[in-house]
Amino acid sequence: MAITKTVKDAQAACEGIESGMTLMLGGFGLCGIPEHAIAELKRRGVKDLVCISNNAGVDDFGLGLLLQGRQIRKMISSYVGENDEFERQMLSGELEVDLIPQGSLAERCRAGGAGIPAFFTPAGFGTEVAEGKEVREFDGKPHILETALTADFAFVKAWKGDTAGNLVYKATARNFNPMMAMAGRITVAEVEELVPAGELDPNEIHTPGIFVQRIFQGDRFEKRIEQRTVRPATA
Amino acid sequence: MLSKNDIARRIAQEVQGGWYVNLGIGIPTLVANYIPEGLEVEFQSENGILGMGPFPEEGTEDADLINAGKQTITAMPGAVYFDSATSFAMIRGRHVQLTVLGAMEVSSNGDIANWKIPGLMVKGMGGAMDLVASAENIIVAMMHTNKRGESKLLSACTLPLTGVACVRRVVTNLAVLDIRDGAFHLVERAPGVSVEEIQTATAGPLVVPDEVPEMRL
Repeated sequence: MAITKTVKDAQAACEGIESGMTLMLGGFGLCGIPEHAIAELKRRGVKDLVCISNNAGVDDFGLGLLLQGRQIRKMISSYVGENDEFERQMLSGELEVDLIPQGSLAERCRAGGAGIPAFFTPAGFGTEVAEGKEVREFDGKPHILETALTADFAFVKAWKGDTAGNLVYKATARNFNPMMAMAGRITVAEVEELVPAGELDPNEIHTPGIFVQRIFQGDRFEKRIEQRTVRPATA
Repeated sequence: MLSKNDIARRIAQEVQGGWYVNLGIGIPTLVANYIPEGLEVEFQSENGILGMGPFPEEGTEDADLINAGKQTITAMPGAVYFDSATSFAMIRGRHVQLTVLGAMEVSSNGDIANWKIPGLMVKGMGGAMDLVASAENIIVAMMHTNKRGESKLLSACTLPLTGVACVRRVVTNLAVLDIRDGAFHLVERAPGVSVEEIQTATAGPLVVPDEVPEMRL
């Protein structure tokens, strides 16, 4: 019989979160971010967090909300533009930042969830990203050693989920969510639609429920668009 | 001298049928506008789509469907979505035939710098380091000089590097140049631009053949 992962809401899903923990947060820009979990982290006021997330949100949404409250000690990301408060805290030294090539970040999360402690990649060779890292040649090409990432809590956002924690993502809102779901000691999934186990087609599940410890349905997702680009509607 | 759109138009001529192509943010994004109708080309955006289409019609934009520049987009028939690890497996595993990206500086041995100005601008490298480290065919799209009028084609980059010895071709507002044997080789000049103007605007070593044809756009 399917194992039930359902919790009531974001508050229940964040039970056990403490200051100083390492968190993963899915999303690319503002697309596919766990917005309810972020709001709950802000409400709890936990501090000194290490956040692994591709981006850092914008000033008033996404991880920008936690930056405003100085709740983050260190960010591990690939791209942090579009956030003035982030840039200010980083340049002034208040915030520690580890910038990682995007593919290496994704693979480090995947490796963390897959039990692979490290891997070699060509990305970043010859740049400051490679400083202090082991270099080895394969087929005559230099590669650098990158280590796996894991987290105390991973927060992911999916389109649909079931009570067993199986997840389906929509369009490009998938991004980092599946790898981070794998790499969390406790993975919390927030979904737009939560259905009983058995209702999702097993052929079409993206993240198997084994990677998810807690799941809840968010009551209203803002899903803010960062760069609204359109062409005129045809009549 | 070429406009940004003309640079994109010239780069579009390099794209061949059957190719998967990754376009960076800025001028590279415009390349998609100049691909001939009927040419079988798919655009990859590293946040997780293959088969990226044009911007959506007003009122149909979807917060869950964006490109790597965080712009709302559409999906073409046959498109597919995937996670970030799979996306970079496509890139690192050399399944993408062409990468077009912008740059702040390019050196005559093919180094590229485009992610950081120490103490001034630190936004991060995003997927650029993964792309340039693995792509077999990299074209840089950029203006020949920066806002202060200084050459962006140098004998060595002064800014922190994104990748080493990886750029093969540069298309600027003044010229098309290939990089090989530690030098820029002038291939074409923009309409109305003289070889002397290109020489003046190029700080790194430049090899000029006897005949330098004008670009056809």
